[in-house]
Amino acid sequence: MTVRKNQAALTPEEKRAFTNALLELKRTGRYDRFVTTHNGFIMSDTDAGDRVGHRSPSFLPWHRRFLLEFEAALQAVDATVALPYWDWTADRTSRSSLWAADFLGGTGRARDGQVLDGPFAYATGKWNVNVRVDGRSYLRRALGEGVAQLPSKAEVDAVLAMPVYDAAPWNSSSSGFRNNLEGWRGANLHNRVHVWVGGQMGTGVSPNDPVFWMHHAYVDKLWADWQARHPQSTYLPAAGTANVVDLRDTMRPWNDVTPADLLDHRKFYTFDTEPAAAASQR
Amino acid sequence: MNTITRRQALGTSAGVLTALGLAAAATSASASATPAPSTPTDAGTVDEVYKGRRIQITPGGGGHHGGHHSPGQPTVRIDGRELHVMRNADGTWISVINHYETFADPTSLARAAVRELQGATLAPFAPMGGAA
Repeated sequence: MTVRKNQAALTPEEKRAFTNALLELKRTGRYDRFVTTHNGFIMSDTDAGDRVGHRSPSFLPWHRRFLLEFEAALQAVDATVALPYWDWTADRTSRSSLWAADFLGGTGRARDGQVLDGPFAYATGKWNVNVRVDGRSYLRRALGEGVAQLPSKAEVDAVLAMPVYDAAPWNSSSSGFRNNLEGWRGANLHNRVHVWVGGQMGTGVSPNDPVFWMHHAYVDKLWADWQARHPQSTYLPAAGTANVVDLRDTMRPWNDVTPADLLDHRKFYTFDTEPAAAASQR
Repeated sequence: MNTITRRQALGTSAGVLTALGLAAAATSASASATPAPSTPTDAGTVDEVYKGRRIQITPGGGGHHGGHHSPGQPTVRIDGRELHVMRNADGTWISVINHYETFADPTSLARAAVRELQGATLAPFAPMGGAA
């Protein structure tokens, strides 16, 4: 059973295994197909039309499935690897060990935003940005420039306290937990983190930056945390809703998985904050 | 401190925008779109040079180049390359360059893209996708 750990708790060996698996997926071209998929949904998910991956109730189950597929690809390279999560309420500066040269590398240089250190620096020749929205093929970041502060624990707690999963009109103008977590409303959690990192993370091709997976692994954990705090609350909408994925509707691009299938993450992995007993149930 | 810089930049954009609206109506002779019938915010055709980049915005309404846009969506170009833009339910805007951050109108959205591009050219417009 996969255990997803806080990235700050990884050993140097675990960090190396994770980044090496990323580099291998990149080398084979598998990595870039995930970027292409994500950008396709970013561009086609609209507030008034069909929406699956973003700005809709299935934002959370869609990304859970997307991360599961990616994690399985990593594990096909190295079975010991699991997706780490980045708790940005705790590791909230560019001086965090997350951004050290032995892990993801740091912010970009002022002139062009290019990341110069770590395993994903362009000069290594191993991390060309191929699926892109502009001509630049190097990984870029501008940590803390697009917005100064990452979301705080208090802001996260306020969103976790919201009892209703989602609400009509089921898009970026909705009230409820999902949209406040996604960030189109309220304190702005998920979206703000993308902007804080900057570079490709601010664009439709955000998975080009490996921190994408660790950010979404934490968003995914917050969904699980919310479920634990609101055992009576469930995924909405239930059925018969135009343009969005109801509880038992299948989701593109897989077409064989529904939100209902994904509500319990413990079928797939546990978090390091959960009792080990949960993992042995399987 | 960088945040302040961006806020200042946005503030400047908002100030310039009013003046720009006046100039916009006179500059769109080459655009093929029909005159804008929609709201004041997105009605204007824009043709300006911002930080050395040419921004052209033509109002939507006709689906004049393939119909992949929502009705009423403007076409935004930077140095002739189309920028994928989307209107949010609350009337704000995002683009594929600034996807996780909303802007009040297409002009401020296009200018944000120019700042983000730092001189780079937009990739060819590819509106569809979605399958791995």
